[in-house]
Amino acid sequence: MNEVILLDFWASMFGMRVRIALAEKGIKYEYKEEDLRNKSPLLLQMNPIHKKIPVLIHNGKPISESLIIVQYVDEVWNEKAPLLPSDPYQRAQARFWADFIDKKVYDAAGKVWTAKGEEKEAAKKEFIDILKLLETELGDKPYFGGDSFGFLDIALVGFYPWFYALETFGNFSVEAECPKLIEWAKSCKEKESVSKSLADEKKLYEFAAEKRKTMGIE
Amino acid sequence: MSKTIVLGEEEVVIIGFWTSPYAMRVQIALEEKGVPYQYVEEENLFHNKSPLLLQMNPVHKKVPVLIHNGNPVCESLIILQYLDDVWNQKYTLFSHDSYERAKARFWVNFFDNKIADCGRRMWASKGQDQEAAKEEFIESLKLLEGELGESPYFGGEKFGVLDVALIPFSCRFYTYEMFCKFKIEKECPKLMEWVKRCNHRESVSKILPDPYKIYSFVLHFKKMLGID
Repeated sequence: MNEVILLDFWASMFGMRVRIALAEKGIKYEYKEEDLRNKSPLLLQMNPIHKKIPVLIHNGKPISESLIIVQYVDEVWNEKAPLLPSDPYQRAQARFWADFIDKKVYDAAGKVWTAKGEEKEAAKKEFIDILKLLETELGDKPYFGGDSFGFLDIALVGFYPWFYALETFGNFSVEAECPKLIEWAKSCKEKESVSKSLADEKKLYEFAAEKRKTMGIE
Repeated sequence: MSKTIVLGEEEVVIIGFWTSPYAMRVQIALEEKGVPYQYVEEENLFHNKSPLLLQMNPVHKKVPVLIHNGNPVCESLIILQYLDDVWNQKYTLFSHDSYERAKARFWVNFFDNKIADCGRRMWASKGQDQEAAKEEFIESLKLLEGELGESPYFGGEKFGVLDVALIPFSCRFYTYEMFCKFKIEKECPKLMEWVKRCNHRESVSKILPDPYKIYSFVLHFKKMLGID
């Protein structure tokens, strides 16, 4: 028996990571969309500490935190599409940069679309600097994982559909600053696992615009 | 003052700071695995980071850093996973069961995020903020106590990754208790039993510093930061 359920929210870049991993592995699962303003009893039961998505429920047992879920999926369904490199040092590097993305990208992106006035310029600069560092890490490789799409690509690519909203609110272009990163993102999108898992960038923009209104940001 | 690291003799070097629980995690793991290593103290961590540290951890400029055959690995949990990947014949930190591994990762993350938030507030804040930090800390210890259950260790019968990750913070308990006026033993007796049990292990008793020295250090640190 292999019952897999994913509790998720369509716009979540963290949820997208899990969707991509499951698709890479060809795992059949039930997708349950959560209303984050009205969280389901199942979510509260399965992630009582953080009450957040994504949560993977495998044969009734919950796993939370997107990168932990992706590693779990990689370990359990290990016959195909390995996501983490096999070399211990490369694995450590992939984990390091994925951790860096978690520590830096989300908050920096958040500041870009909530900041006002002078703060906005500082927020944009910080965000671009972080992306440039990641672009340097990518180098000339087709993927962060080298020749094959892997863990670190999955960790970052969920942010790609959010760029359009950030660029529009912040009045800047990620492509102008980080052309290689956009090239990488576009080639990731050519993979079916990625294209069917990423949210639509225009829908994300509308969603974020609505949120900004309710937060009183113009 | 620069340190010369001779990598031919010791292939494993760890850069740490004596009060850093994150560095202690790595040292305890190396001891448990019986891997010989050279420890390098980053003496001027707060004022003047060494060229070695800046070269080996340019992104975060923090300790611990593991240097294996000249190659750096940063972030304590990532180092622990690396140690398990490389030195896995005798003793592994992580369970062989994927679900247990995921749970251990979850709890380490949970605790690391909690302590990053309320740890400092317990010794640096006052009044309501300090009180709130104390309450959050106790609540998280109680959750961990629940996770421990009736087992001797978080790893079950064996001293595992979550045990290694958490035990270094026990040397800060005295400091938190002094600043916030509470007794962890009273709030979480089972957890304190676990602390005592871990301290019977050679790796732990060798690596953990004296809690009174930690308290002294924090008092001194506060003066240095200009917090009264």
